[in-house]
Order: sequence, then structure tokens, then C-alpha cells
Amino acid sequence: MLNFLGLLFDGLAYGTLLFLISVGLSVTLGLMGFVNLAHGVFAMLGGYLLVTLMGHFGIGFMGSLPIVFIVVALASLVLERTLYRPFYKKTHLDQVLLTVGIIFVAIAGATFFWGPGQQPIAIPVWLKGQLTLAGIDLSRYRLFLMAVGAAITLLLVFGLERTRFGARVRASVERQRTAESMGIHVERVFQITFALGSGLAGLGGALGVDVLGLDPYFPLKYLVYFLLIVVVGGPGSVTGTLSAALLLGVADTAGKYYIPETGAFVIYVAMIVLLLLFPQGLFGRRKEI
Amino acid sequence: MNKFLQRLSAATAVLAMALAVHPAVAEEVVKIGVILPLTGPFADYGEEIGNGLKLYMKQNGDTVAGKKISVVIRDSTGIAPEVAKRLAQEMLVQDKVDILAGFGLTPNALAVAPLATQAKKLMVIMNAATSVITTKSPYIVRLSHTLPQISAPMANYAVKHGFKKVYTLVADYGPGIDSELAFKKAFEASGNQLVGSVRVPVSNVDFAPYIQRIKDAAPQAIFLFLPPGNATVAFLKAYKERGLEKAGITLLATVDFADDNMMDALGSSVIGVVTTGHYSEAHDSPMNKAYVKAYAEAYGTKIRPNFMSVGGYDGMATIYAALKKTNGDADGDKLIAAVKGLQFESPRGPVMIDPETRDIIQTVYFRRAEEKNGKLVNIEFDQVKNVKDPGK
Amino acid sequence: MNADQQPALTPPYLSTLAARERWGRAEIAFWIGLVAVYFLFPNHLMFASQILITGLFAVSLDLILGYAGIVTLGHAAFFGLGAYTAGLLTKVGVTEPAMGLVVAGLVAGIFGYLSSYLVLRGRDLSRLMITLGIGLLLYEVANRATDITGGVDGLQGMAVGKLLGLFDFGLYGKTAYLYVLVVSFLLFLMVRSLMTAPYGLSLRSIRENQQRAVAIGIPIRARLTNIYTLSAVIAGISGALLTQTTQFVAIDVFAFQRSADLLMVLLIGGTATLYGGFVGAAVFLIAQNWLSSINAEYWLFWLGLLLIITTRYLRGGVMGGLKTLHRLSARAKEGEKP
Repeated sequence: MLNFLGLLFDGLAYGTLLFLISVGLSVTLGLMGFVNLAHGVFAMLGGYLLVTLMGHFGIGFMGSLPIVFIVVALASLVLERTLYRPFYKKTHLDQVLLTVGIIFVAIAGATFFWGPGQQPIAIPVWLKGQLTLAGIDLSRYRLFLMAVGAAITLLLVFGLERTRFGARVRASVERQRTAESMGIHVERVFQITFALGSGLAGLGGALGVDVLGLDPYFPLKYLVYFLLIVVVGGPGSVTGTLSAALLLGVADTAGKYYIPETGAFVIYVAMIVLLLLFPQGLFGRRKEI
Repeated sequence: MNKFLQRLSAATAVLAMALAVHPAVAEEVVKIGVILPLTGPFADYGEEIGNGLKLYMKQNGDTVAGKKISVVIRDSTGIAPEVAKRLAQEMLVQDKVDILAGFGLTPNALAVAPLATQAKKLMVIMNAATSVITTKSPYIVRLSHTLPQISAPMANYAVKHGFKKVYTLVADYGPGIDSELAFKKAFEASGNQLVGSVRVPVSNVDFAPYIQRIKDAAPQAIFLFLPPGNATVAFLKAYKERGLEKAGITLLATVDFADDNMMDALGSSVIGVVTTGHYSEAHDSPMNKAYVKAYAEAYGTKIRPNFMSVGGYDGMATIYAALKKTNGDADGDKLIAAVKGLQFESPRGPVMIDPETRDIIQTVYFRRAEEKNGKLVNIEFDQVKNVKDPGK
Repeated sequence: MNADQQPALTPPYLSTLAARERWGRAEIAFWIGLVAVYFLFPNHLMFASQILITGLFAVSLDLILGYAGIVTLGHAAFFGLGAYTAGLLTKVGVTEPAMGLVVAGLVAGIFGYLSSYLVLRGRDLSRLMITLGIGLLLYEVANRATDITGGVDGLQGMAVGKLLGLFDFGLYGKTAYLYVLVVSFLLFLMVRSLMTAPYGLSLRSIRENQQRAVAIGIPIRARLTNIYTLSAVIAGISGALLTQTTQFVAIDVFAFQRSADLLMVLLIGGTATLYGGFVGAAVFLIAQNWLSSINAEYWLFWLGLLLIITTRYLRGGVMGGLKTLHRLSARAKEGEKP
């Protein structure tokens, strides 16, 4: 039982990280129906930024995180304006090709600037090691991840449910044309959410260096995870994405513990089966893409 | 102004060399076709091996036994046997290379092996570490290592140090399984039993659940094989943070884990980890000191020499030595005959080519990761001499 | 020429169909050129074979993606199945390459037929993910079943026999090239006649507008299922060709990179143009070979850039560009006539 609680905790922390990275993808997909396979590139950029800020500029871990968020968000805006925008009205195939191209350029770019190897990161001492609570060993870093994840989820939910901007986003996701006819500038809404989502991915990538690792192939390695979470959670839904990410995190962790023989199969089979059973996503609104 | 003078003198030197070389154009050339992964997930293998190879040529000149050595390096793009095979074929029929070399990855080497046999050319393996490779063509010689060669001695180490309960964790693919089986065989040969073993997906980086499993089994030591990269870094973190070390579970691994070039990424947590390996940057010999120094001069301090770079370096050393023996004759049969039983001093220590299997026989060292002069290195504290590949 | 000048007895749609079926001069020149390659580049025949194989594989993708509009990120699944089938067959004693092709095509086809039920259910995004999932799943199977496939080390102990019991695959790859050329041509003939027939047009109408396609009585489901199966068969055969000409097979036949590269090949060549696959394969592989020999480390960068630019500005690919040129020159000629 104690083992199970420990696993549950690890799985939830892992899921939180996946949530942070994927939520931006979910919103852009739901909002614009834009298939951005290159979303992981923002997470990778966040990771490399963190490593560089800490290693090269000597900025602390906590100090670097907000910088990462802002820089990645801005960088994504530039990309949105120059590359993504002409593709909103094009077919999904074109979007897939474009974003695969971006992934390749990003991999080569990361190799050029940071080398093909693994990046070292030194998280602060107070985040290392474990705490023992009621007999369960809890990793401090994972506790920290969950705290950040919870804070961001609350902010997102509050922002979406309680603010004017949130209402606009929800309206745009629900019925883009109607929202437009009511005077909502959907493209502007999209731009801002895109930047926010990418910034969060960057933050997730930075926080994930310690858990997920970081090398130039990051965007391809985790592509399946991001897509799976978004599709299962239902594009455009924050709570759906959260639930799917946590579910995946826990299932993945428990699977490795209880049935390690199945290895990487679990996730691929889960993906296919879930897609077949719930083509709209587990928690999805009715919107097929 | 200074810079200008430098450039001027450099240009003059180039010109002078060009003039000096001119009459020697008639001189015969030995062409070496090198196939390495220079892009893709294994790009750092290719870079290291290429560095070692070029460094040897830089130190020893590009003329052997009156022949000029010319090297063509091509990119196999990763695990891509058909690309490797095509490149090798083109090098053989078009560039007319006399020797094939490189090969960071097993499948690529296996795909090219029949070509070496057909064309009767020497084929020098500089990294690919699956046992079976050298049996695939009588023209193959290997200068790296095999996984069983460095995994099996670790079992003896475990037995010697009284580890009766050992758990193995390996990556779930060919090399990992080879390593696990070699360790298991040697370990059980001494009457012990593994308390458990687990194979993890190659791309896995979340080790928390596996660590929990190992904790439950309460072994005295873990034997580990993971490909260097994400996985090793992540495992070490989980090992430290989840109290396996505190629980007194010793970590035993192969050279791949404490790859010299990965030490900084592993960070100070690596201190104390015991590994078996055939090369350490900190190997204490005048030759290695010179090698490490020359490497740093040529490629900077950002990339450190590791076992792969030494594979490239020794591969070239073998080619040079063989050509000297044949007096510059690059005929495949003569070269492979010259290579058999060859002994020389490498930066890793003394090495020999097994006359029967054409595989390398070398010292396997037991090393402990330590911090020395602000640098994380593997310090050798024990060794087994003349280890053959037990996989054949 | 306008409509009322046409002979009254031939309905216009029939003449369109006939025109589509007619072999153009450029097409004939294309195939003669491929034969000429054999004599012109004796040192590069292995490369030429691999271009043809990739081309054929791209044609198989074109069937479902270009003609029928099914987005896939996992086409390497069929390629890999064919490749391993051909390799494994030689281990159980079936060393005749031609037989290997047939069985490989069958196996891939059966798998294609079965998986079509999973793939064709959803829309673009879920298709994309299911194909991706199936591809990764097969990769993992091949990785884990080391006893059968040899895992990442590659299949051990396969030996391809002589073609028709007569021709050996030698060092220069002469036999291999001719063999690949003949197989590609035969399969291409079949694809060409299918796609120029009303069948091909019906696929296009499904791609353009499903609802209207239903309205004019096209059995969408059946059409998509059988084109998906056919595509799998051809992909399987190209995989088998690769195994037989390389005389080796390793896990990379299932790799995601292969599916992604294939999309690029087709895009560069031009979709739904019959020849786009071959042209794209030639451009892609020659560029890869050339770029990676000058600056291997950053080849992926140029590849990505090429992909972005093609998608953004040259959507028709090389074939699209050629068609535009052709149209322009035809217009210029017509302008000269009167």
C-alpha cells in the first residue's frame, strides 16, 4: 500500500510535468485546429535556455524560470507571425509537414549550439533528496513540480473561467465564427494563447530537464506523449488535458512497476485503444479534428 | 598586423608544401573509406571516433611505408544499414578505397561485412560492440571492445567483494541483453543467483518505478547497462535521490555508464560509482597523458576523449602498423594476415589482436569515479589482463 | 480547341479519360532514362536502386495521401513488414527473391487491410495518431522480439538467393538495379492504369469532398479500404526490395524517421502526380547524399528548411513546377500559332 501511494505520487508529479508541456498544444489545437507537431520544440528551447542561463550567466534556478517563460513565449510569437499564420487555413497535411520541418531545423539548431549530448543541470540543493511523510518517501523535486503544476492549473482555470480574456478564449474555442461575428478578434486571442501555451511548454521543458532529460531529439522523443495527452483530453480543454496527463503519468509509472515486461508497449496500445473508443477524447467536447 | 603576418606565413607554408608535394604526386596512395554516424541520435559517437582517427594521423603524419594515406569520411546517418552498405559499395567501386573503417553501430557493420568479403578488403571496426560482428567476414578486425568482454569481469568483481544478492537493470535491446546475459552467466557460474532483473525501454528516462522495484528486492548491488545519454543521467539521479545509495545498494556498471565525455552531465553524483572499462581518460600512462593533452589541443576542452575516440585512434594505429608490415601493400589478405597477433601500446594500455577471432584482447580495468583537480574522472584501481571476448 | 470542335460522338469525359491514359513523350523518356542509368552510372547502381525503391515506396504513399487524402505518419510499418518478411523467408529456406516479393506484399497487404479498419474511422488528427501509434508499436515489436528479428543489431543469418535461380546480386549491384527497375515499372504500370481510370478519379473526389462523393454514389468506405490495402502491398514490396538488394534488414525499416522522410520525398516530388514519388526520391536522396558529404552534421537543418520552404511556397513540388512550366510554354506556343 505504501508502495502504491509512493508510485501514485511519482506518477502524479510526472503527469504534472506532461500537463505543463502539453496544455499549450491542447489550446492551440482546440482554438485554431492547428496541428502543431513542433510544440515540443518550445519545451526543448525552455530546457536549453535554463541550462544556458544557469551555466553561462550564473543566474539561479528559480530566477531563471520566469526568464525562460518570457523568452520562449516571445520566441513563439515570432514563429507564429512568420511561419504559422499562413498555414491556419491550409490542410492538416500542410501543417504536419511544416511543423515536422520545424522540428528538424530545431534539432539541427540545438545540435549546433549545444552539441548532440545530454545537458547537465544542477538543481538547487534544497530541491534534492527525499522527504519521508508518514512512511512514504517523497522526492523533494517532485513535490516542487506538483506545487508549480497546481499553481499554474489554478491560474489557468481562474483565468479561463473568471476573466474577460478567458471568456473570449472559451467563446472562440466553442464557435469560432460566432465569436468572430460578436466582435472577438479570434486571431489576436489565438496569438496570445499561443504565446502563453508555448511559454508554459518552455517552463515545463525547463522543469523537466531533471526528469525527462534534454538532448536535441527531445521534440521527437516526447511527441507521442504530447499528442496522446491532447487527443485523449480533448483539444481545447484545460481540465481534460490535466486529467489525461495525470492519468497517463500514473498509468505509465504503475505499469513500469507492476508489469515492467510490457515496456514501451503500454503507451502505444493505450493510445490506439483510447482513440478508437473515444474518438472525441475522454473528456472532450464534441469537436472532431 | 600580427594576425596578418600569421596568415601570410601560413599561406607561404601551404604554398611551399604544395610545391614540395608536387613531385610526389606519382607516389602511391592508400585510401581509407570511413563510415561513421555524423548526424542523428548517435552523432556524438561519430564525432568522437572521427576525432581519435584524425588525431592519430595528425601525430603520425599521413605517409606510411612510402604510401600516402588519404581518408574519405561519410555519414551513415545513424542506424541505417542500407545507407552504410551503399556508402561502402560506392567507396569500393568508385573511390577505389583499399580499407574500410569506422562503424559506430552494429547493424551498419553487419550490413557492410559481406562487401568486405566480396571485395577482399580490410575492414576495421572502431566501435560497434556486438560479439558476432567479427565472425561475419574474415577481413574484419575490431579495435573497440565487446559488451560481454567488459560485463563478465564485473560479475567476478561482485563475487570477490561479497555481493551475493545482485539485481540487474539493462536497456531492452540487443546490447543490453548481451550485457545482462554475460553478467548473469559469469555471476551464476560462481554459484550465486540474481535476485532479480529488469529490462527497461531504451528511451525510458523515468526510473522511479524501477528503482522502487529494486528497493523492494533489497539487493546488495545493481549491475547496470544503459546506453550513454538521457538514460544514464536520469538513472543516476533516481539512484541518488531515492536513497538506494543510502540503503547500501552499490552501483556497478559498464564503461558506457561512466563515459568520460558524459561525466559532466552526470555531475558529482557519479562519484563512487564502480565501472568496468577498457579506457579511462585518467589512465595512468605516459602515452595516455600525451594522448589526452593532444586531444585537448586539437578539439578543446568541451569534448573529452573517451573510449570511442580511442577506438578511432587505435583503429588508425592498427592500419598504420599493418601497412608497415606489408611494406605499403594494401591487399586485403596481406593486411589481415599482418593484423593477426598484432600487439601495441594504446592510450588504454597494452592491446593485442587475437589471431583467431581478429577481435581485440585487452586489459579490463575496474574504475571508481572520483573528482580530481576539479574534474570528474574514472580512477582505475584494479585490472584483469588479457581479456578475450567471452561471447565467442 | 474548344468543346464544339470535338467529334460529336465522343462524350467529353471519355476523351478526358483517354487523354489521361495516353503515354506522354516525357513519360516514355523517363523510363528510357532509367534504363540508360544502368549504362551511364555503373558505379552508382546501388544508389540508383535505393532511389527507385524509395520512389516506389513514395508512390505507395501517394495512393493514399495524394489521391485519397489520408494523412499518415506511420507508413514505414508496411515497408518494415515487407522488409522483415523478405529477410525471414530466406532464413526458412525460401531464398528466391521473386517469391520473397510476393509473400512480403501479401503480408503487408493483409496487415494493411486489417489496420485500415482502425485508421479509416477517425478524421485527420486521429488518423495521424493511430498510424503513428501502429508504426511505433511495430518498431517496438521488432525491437523486443530479438529471437526472431535480431532487434537493433539486425537480422542475423539471412542469405538472399540468386534471382530466378540465375542472377547473383554482385558487388556492383547490376542485377539489383535491373531487378528493382523491372519490379518498379510493373507496379507503376498497375498504379498508373488504376489512377487514370475512373477509379482514380473517384478517389480524388473523395479527397476533395466526401459528402458530394457520397451523393454521386461512390462507395467511400470500400474505396478507401482497398486503396489503403493496395498501398500497403506496394509499400511491403518496396521494403522487400530493400532487404533483398541490401541483403540485410535492421530495425530502422520501422523508424519514425522513415515515415517522416517519406512524406518529404512525396512533397518535394509533388502529390497525386504519379511520378512525384520517383522524382522526389531522386531529389531527396541526391540532396541528402550531397549535403551530407559536405557538411554531414547539419544535414537535418537543410532538410527541415527545404521542407518548410516547399510547404510554404512550392506546394506542388517538382512535378507541380514542371506542369506550370509546361503550361506556360504551351500557352506561349499557342500564342505564336495564329
